Amino acid sequence: MNALLDDLRQHCGADRVLSEATDLIPYSFDGTAELRQMPAAVVFPRSTAEVAACVKSAVHHGVPIVTRGAGTGLSGGSVPVPGCLVICMVDLKAILAVDPAILTLRAQPGAITADIDAAAGKHGLFYPPDPGSMRVSTIGGNVAENSGGLRGLKYGVTRDYVMGLEVVLPDGSITRLGNACVKDVAGYSMKDLFIGSEGTLGIITEVLLKLLPRPAARRTMLASYDRMEDAARTVSAIIAAKIIPCTLEFLDRMTIRCVEDFSKIGLPLDCEALLLMETDGHPAAVADEAAEMEKIALSHGARDIRSARDDAEALTLSSARRNAFTALARVRPTTIVEDVTVPRDKLAEMVAFIAETAAAHRLQVGTFGHMGDGNLHPTFLTDERDTEEMGRVHLALDAIVDKTLALGGTITGEHGVGLAKKAWLPRQFDPASLDLMRTIKRSLDPANLLNPGKIFDC
Amino acid sequence: MADTLDELRDTLQQCIHCGLCLPVCPTYELTRRERSSPRGRISLMKAVAARELEPGEIFAKEMGDCLGCLACQTACPAGVDYASLIETARAEVETRGLNDSPSRSFWRWLALEQLFMNPRALRLAGRMLRLYQKSGLDRAARRLGVTRLLPKSLRDLEPQTPRITAAFSNELIEPCETSTSPPKHRVALLTGCVQDLVFSDINRDTADVLLANGCEVHTPPLQPCCGSLHAHNGAPELARELARRLIDLLPPERFDAIISNSGGCGSHLRHYGKLLAGDPAYAARARLWDSKLRDIHEWLIETGCRPPLAAPQDAPLTVTYHDSCHLAHGQKVVRQPRELLDGIPGVTTVSLPEASWCCGSAGIYNITRPETSAALMERKVGHVIGTSASHLATANPGCHLQLARGLADAGSPVELIQPVTLLARAYRRESLT
Repeated sequence: MNALLDDLRQHCGADRVLSEATDLIPYSFDGTAELRQMPAAVVFPRSTAEVAACVKSAVHHGVPIVTRGAGTGLSGGSVPVPGCLVICMVDLKAILAVDPAILTLRAQPGAITADIDAAAGKHGLFYPPDPGSMRVSTIGGNVAENSGGLRGLKYGVTRDYVMGLEVVLPDGSITRLGNACVKDVAGYSMKDLFIGSEGTLGIITEVLLKLLPRPAARRTMLASYDRMEDAARTVSAIIAAKIIPCTLEFLDRMTIRCVEDFSKIGLPLDCEALLLMETDGHPAAVADEAAEMEKIALSHGARDIRSARDDAEALTLSSARRNAFTALARVRPTTIVEDVTVPRDKLAEMVAFIAETAAAHRLQVGTFGHMGDGNLHPTFLTDERDTEEMGRVHLALDAIVDKTLALGGTITGEHGVGLAKKAWLPRQFDPASLDLMRTIKRSLDPANLLNPGKIFDC
Repeated sequence: MADTLDELRDTLQQCIHCGLCLPVCPTYELTRRERSSPRGRISLMKAVAARELEPGEIFAKEMGDCLGCLACQTACPAGVDYASLIETARAEVETRGLNDSPSRSFWRWLALEQLFMNPRALRLAGRMLRLYQKSGLDRAARRLGVTRLLPKSLRDLEPQTPRITAAFSNELIEPCETSTSPPKHRVALLTGCVQDLVFSDINRDTADVLLANGCEVHTPPLQPCCGSLHAHNGAPELARELARRLIDLLPPERFDAIISNSGGCGSHLRHYGKLLAGDPAYAARARLWDSKLRDIHEWLIETGCRPPLAAPQDAPLTVTYHDSCHLAHGQKVVRQPRELLDGIPGVTTVSLPEASWCCGSAGIYNITRPETSAALMERKVGHVIGTSASHLATANPGCHLQLARGLADAGSPVELIQPVTLLARAYRRESLT
């Protein structure tokens, strides 16, 4: 390790290499509960060349590499593996160019997601993917995890906006994949292999993103319900009415209580579900859709609808949803958030199943998520120091995963597999699919040094 | 308040390290190293509490590097009580002697155990400092290089020593004042330490504003320090002693409210309940004290401040407002000072970008960490100048001094003023119109 540290100091400068315990402890975790592992060192490169040099040295010394952005991930993707080198990308944070003529933005991987959208906004453009942690998360991490967000229903996920990538491969070579062309069928779409690869195949050192014109108008509404299934029926009815709102998010009673406790914005505390609805686009279309959505909500059991009067109130309402995950931590010391996703028409069934399962295992759960796209975040409120209760949590999670798969769903809609969901992956994939993934991993990273043990064992 | 991190394991466990504190933390923003972020510091505290980390020099330095601005506490949806964590971590650093050096121990002893434990001694020191400044000796000493005898950090700061006022609060405010009978409210006014030595006129303004709003104002002439300096700097036992003295001096059961006009003091003053929770003789009164403690702006809005009928001066003013961290994040008093300013005739308010980002004053941070402090000050001053306001309003003596100096250094004509001063001037001019 000392030889590697010397190399790293040479490549990046001594002040960009951390190896003291007091410096390393803050890099021994990400946003995921329960997972903690000390790295051997952390390095902060300032250029693609420095990243490549660090990779070559680590591989030369046989030291595993874990890439990290802001460490907000929720599946343990950037949690260190024993004895590893963490390559932290936060100093590669420049937004390099916005090109309004071809609607693209080029950025380094450590650029903050919200800053990317703000930079686009200066040109009247829009970067739609908005993961809950967008004010903190980095674009490199978003691409590596293929993050979703609140606008997935209408605008899709990170993958839908990546046009090109620069990647440092496990042998230290630098490759540029994709380009600024809207159409491109030359060869395999290699950039797509790296999107969502969770740092196991290469290190993203630059991204080329697709932008959209910024919607001219937006309307935000919050509907309250006495029954969760009425909220779910509202969502189905809106989609059946051929409206694709940008956001249809729900919070259950427990989540509402926690969010209100934190943000004090006057959420109703006596209802079972809140549905956050947002439509954006041309002002006339937005006005029509908002009126129609309001009508549908009221005819499907909404007892009240609060419509944001201005942008500030709209932001308040949507940040209520954005803070949901962390706000749930007010109740108990540990929050374990899941990310199961089911076909949209199975959503009400899944929500009910989660509540029953929690009750059966005597557990507290808060559920919120993306009702429009079937992506749920059941969050168990527990205490990782209580091994008996943790045993029940894991039984409940197991049951939820089995039910999800039985309904034709996936174990993760947007958080990634990482370490947290690794055990469940074989339940979702047949052996041939798992073998295919391992074949790809082995051919790119034969020494198994890039984020080893994440997603699956190799 | 706990004395060791070990007692705060449940508070530490409440941090789920989601990272929502990172973008609001000034030290993380400057360094982009997790160690200097709230969740990073909490992870170190957790490791110390779990005995996985033997705290050493780096730990001590990092706990001192934190501004204690508490912006993270406002941003944290999980409700982690970071204020208690950082105070306890610093107490642990002191108990373990991790920062000890002979000269630091001397200055610490002089400030925490002598001057700020004894209001008479503090005022005497203030009088001597004023003489030194008035006589021109300060400039002479600088010219002759005598100040080189001071430790470097103090030497750099010596020219920035605030001008001590000619008259302290007790010379400006009677122990009991009233303007209406019967008064609507009976309140106690806290005069503070720096506020008393440097801004006694702002204490007078505060009393005038309270009088104009129908209060009977009780202002004991000699008041002990509230203890915030001690609590923030790892001396909880001294902080408890001062809290008990203040409660004895101003029994909370006798007043409708106890008024603080300094953001930093107020933030500490309203948590005596927690500080004295383990003291059976004072715990209940300390809780009552907390329930009576009000920031002046909060109190005025809560009781329906009478809008002044006159403008504070003939020429119109454009005012922008900087949040004191401990007023905004520590006390959650954000809208009230702005509402008060908006209600003053002749005053146009403009908003300040990053208004609640720390200015770098942060208690004695400008002494302990002059470089970081200067970086934050410059950032703030840049924003202030960008607003083209004629006045910068703030409500904490530390911010006031720091920003007055920063604006002067930048050659800016923007004047520092406190919202109560503008209000008091406006009320005083009512009789003229």
